[in-house]
Amino acid sequence: MAAWQNLVNFLGPDLARIIVGLVGVLALVQVNALFLVWLERKVAAHIQLRIGPKEVGPFGILQTIVDGIKLVSKELITPRHVDRKLFVLAPIAVFLPVLVSFVVIPFSERLLIRDMNVGLLLIFAFSTFNVLAVLVGGWASNNKYSLLGAVRAVAQNVAYEIPLLLTVLSVVMWSNSLQMSEIVASQSKVWHVFWMPVAALIYLICALAETNRAPFDIPEAESELVAGFHTEYGGMRFALFFLAEYSNMLIVAAVATTLFFGGWKSFPGLGFLPVPGLIWFFAKTYLLIFVAIWVRWTFPRLRFDQLMNFCWKIMIPAALLHLIVYAGIIKLVR
Amino acid sequence: MNSVQSLIQPQVLAQIGFAGVVALTLTGALIAVFPRNILYNVLGLIVCLTGVAGIFVYLGSPFIAMMELLIYVGAICISIIFAIMLSRPLHLSLPKRRLPKVGLSLGVGTAVFIMLSAIISRTEWQPAAIRSSDWSVTTLGTYLLTRYDLVFETISLVLLVAIIGAIIISGYARRSTS
Repeated sequence: MAAWQNLVNFLGPDLARIIVGLVGVLALVQVNALFLVWLERKVAAHIQLRIGPKEVGPFGILQTIVDGIKLVSKELITPRHVDRKLFVLAPIAVFLPVLVSFVVIPFSERLLIRDMNVGLLLIFAFSTFNVLAVLVGGWASNNKYSLLGAVRAVAQNVAYEIPLLLTVLSVVMWSNSLQMSEIVASQSKVWHVFWMPVAALIYLICALAETNRAPFDIPEAESELVAGFHTEYGGMRFALFFLAEYSNMLIVAAVATTLFFGGWKSFPGLGFLPVPGLIWFFAKTYLLIFVAIWVRWTFPRLRFDQLMNFCWKIMIPAALLHLIVYAGIIKLVR
Repeated sequence: MNSVQSLIQPQVLAQIGFAGVVALTLTGALIAVFPRNILYNVLGLIVCLTGVAGIFVYLGSPFIAMMELLIYVGAICISIIFAIMLSRPLHLSLPKRRLPKVGLSLGVGTAVFIMLSAIISRTEWQPAAIRSSDWSVTTLGTYLLTRYDLVFETISLVLLVAIIGAIIISGYARRSTS
């Protein structure tokens, strides 16, 4: 505590909070990626009646650390015909929204870096840069597979952002706030998922599409596009794309937990257990991520036209209808 | 108080941040105009608009800043990129810069600049904090639907024209290819 006091005295409370918060977020991002890659491989293996990584550490849990060391030690190769400036910039830009989004996510009642009154908006505003980074990376690679992957990523992300934001809008209207902590507080009695199951479903489907995960993984469809937008990237630059992808999974799951599943509050009926909010929050978040992994290894990839038709003809009308119906309900009830 | 500590005072940091935001806006604007590669221009525009969002934060309305990012970067710039994808391939040789065109755009740009600076210099500016302390989302929403209703509706008319235009253009393209 003395060290903490010294730090606060030296930097001032705000700066100390930001620096400590960012260091914490960076640590969380790394640990989360290490864990999720292992979980993904393990779950995939068991779904496919294999065992998965098992040699390095108990249950192979240290496998990703070893892989990470390999990636860090690899040479950064820049192919000859790429656009050098943008090629280097893209992996850095893909990481920016990740860092910003964690600033407003309420991990527990007291553990959040900044409780902004436009917190929810901040996450969606900065998620745009993710799409841009993918596009820049794909374009700068000067490779037809990369460019096709990038084009697909932009088309898909733009399309699925619309129903996503529309459902989030219903939640905002229901809880009457854009502040993440107040949205959680408004679910103290009943989680939003019980009031708006359709919105939760639409959000989760769109979240899968926004994070480019199967069945919506056409931007990096291995069987068609080699590796999509990051075909030309290797070593740590590839690792940054990878890290951002898994951090984005954590972000969309954490936002889903906050919006629909009661944030740091306990599961219904388990409130008597002496478990801190942080544990509840991460339990719910990783449960949602597990569902996403489960979906990925269960459903085949959609074709591009199916994907677009599904969004524009089913998801957007459904989300619009949901918004109108809930606006009516809120107007009648209050 | 030593030198490092005086450098990280909140006021000093705010000054540095403001300078950074302005630099971001101006650099972005320059990149948006000068390079011949159209993708660089769009990325410059994005940098510029991000800087503008930062200026809104300094004006005390983070909500408008977020909306700036969400609408201008997230929607408008992405749709410009879509338009680039649908236009001529980038590896073809660029059309030459024609003097009348450059002159015309320079003239229009200067005219708009003079008009805006005339308006700016004639207005008596009051700090946002003196005019009102309430810039919450609720207040802004009420203003949009009461006092500035006409502006709001006119903007939606522009969007309507854009949508109809997009439908017509894509309709022509489809008819001519099939």
